[in-house]
Amino acid sequence: MLSLTAIATILLIFIFIFREALPILTDPEIQKEASVRHFFHPMEGSDAASRYMWQPIALVPKYSLIPLILGTLKTTLVALLIAAPLAIAAALYTSEFAPPRMRELIKPAVELLAGLPSVVLGFFALIVLATWIQRLLGLETRLNAITAGTALALALIPIIYTVSEDALNAVPQSLREASLSLGATRWQTAVHVVLPAALPGIFASLVLGFGRAVGETMIVLMASGNAAITSLRFTDSVRTLAATIAAELGEVVFGSPHYHVLFFIGALLFVVTFTVNSIGIYIIHRVQRRLQGGI
Amino acid sequence: MRSRLRRVQRASSLILALSLALVSACSSRAPSERARAVTIKGSDTMVILGQRFAEVYMQKHSGTVIQVTGGGSGTGIAALINGTTDIAQSSRPIKSSEAEQVKAKFGVEVIETPVALDGLAVYVHSSNPVNELSLAQLKAIYTGRITNWKDVGGPDLPIVLYSRENNSGTYVYFKEHVLENVDFAPTAQTLPGTAAVINAVAKDPKAIGYGGIAYGEGIKTLRIKRDEASPAVAPTWENVASGRYPISRELYFYTVGKPSHPVARDFIRWVLSPEGQAVVKDVGYYPLPEERRREIARRWEAR
Repeated sequence: MLSLTAIATILLIFIFIFREALPILTDPEIQKEASVRHFFHPMEGSDAASRYMWQPIALVPKYSLIPLILGTLKTTLVALLIAAPLAIAAALYTSEFAPPRMRELIKPAVELLAGLPSVVLGFFALIVLATWIQRLLGLETRLNAITAGTALALALIPIIYTVSEDALNAVPQSLREASLSLGATRWQTAVHVVLPAALPGIFASLVLGFGRAVGETMIVLMASGNAAITSLRFTDSVRTLAATIAAELGEVVFGSPHYHVLFFIGALLFVVTFTVNSIGIYIIHRVQRRLQGGI
Repeated sequence: MRSRLRRVQRASSLILALSLALVSACSSRAPSERARAVTIKGSDTMVILGQRFAEVYMQKHSGTVIQVTGGGSGTGIAALINGTTDIAQSSRPIKSSEAEQVKAKFGVEVIETPVALDGLAVYVHSSNPVNELSLAQLKAIYTGRITNWKDVGGPDLPIVLYSRENNSGTYVYFKEHVLENVDFAPTAQTLPGTAAVINAVAKDPKAIGYGGIAYGEGIKTLRIKRDEASPAVAPTWENVASGRYPISRELYFYTVGKPSHPVARDFIRWVLSPEGQAVVKDVGYYPLPEERRREIARRWEAR
């Protein structure tokens, strides 16, 4: 009964978001100000920054989603680049090398990180991390894609670690024994036998991490500076899709083009994270079945 | 193991059912409550002010209930249009389109009642040698035409802009009155709340920010010139009240006509009295100048 309630709830949320986003595609009144064309088509301007602008409160509102999508991808990339190597290395260590007592210590510690509220991570990034990173790299702006991405990495590490560790543990013992009996060292076994066997599962962990990073709101809202700048530089402040919804939905005029644009962004995020998470979970299930079936 | 799981499931469905019952019980009691309680909704800037008004008023008039919630100026006015609040608080004047919606729905004009004054301060890092800016310079800085402190008499450093989220009344006010509706430079970083802006400015020698008049460690409040020829004015109470400080605004109550609720009517009359205005100063805003207060109170009575 509970699972049915959950499914029904998700379905209702899904319907609600899409119904509120729909006028962007159907209502000609709203399309005059905000349509898919406005979201992606360049405006008149001399450089990229003025051709793609997000300025919803203006005499002529500008609703380009390009700076927001770029911002989301930039923070996500930084977060994955930091979190993935750390989390996968930690997973490999705990599953292949660590003595049992060490594993009992590391696993809960990393999983505890998942319990940290993201607003705490965001606040930490805003007050402490931003200053460190600015000093370390000598940056112009305190809050930027690197700061936000680093804070976001802290939220991704537990996800990537937990799923990768499960994938590594699911590799049958027989593979390790075969490799060791052929004279391979533990290191060679871990890197050349266990890691490749667990690769699909590790890939799934990255996919799930990506889904989380794209949808994460509070950390980036606090640590990214939220300036919608269209540039490829990681040292610029960024504004992400999720943070835009959080920041603007509070006071948007009900039923206005801006309101429907925000729901359209929500629908976009819903579709992206839903697809990405489904792919991740599908891979995990397939790997489990294959490994359990024996190789 | 399995049976324990089932027990947990059963327990959680029980909790669910109980909370549902509780919610429905509350909502069935709501109509009678609404008959007594006055609701005030709107600007986050004004929520503390509104709460202090309500507390002091309720202490003096036992038996009255006034509920104050935030959400933002736009939210408050939307609630007024939807008929879900008695009084809307707003830190920006109502838009003509919103006023028309009220008129169309209720057939009565919306009444605007200024209840306090607020000034916007401009902050820089305490190490910044710049002490004053004109409104024109401020506009050039925030629209991205001036990007270096040396152009306004400071050191050769790039200017880092801090702004507020575009849902805040402060953002809208600054945009209308300082930028004269020109767009903010896209490089302006937006932060949630004046406290976050002050914090960011305090940590960044290149920064400039704006927000409510407040004093924090490590920041300096600039004196503002209306134009190049006029004197630079600091945001003090005297200067805000006299209107000499160029970036000050009135904070408003909006009602649909004169409210039918007797407590709401009396509450607004009290807010406009010297006693009500004393509360404004406690909260850190500026009471209406005496002459203006009398005029508004007279206008309110004449309705």
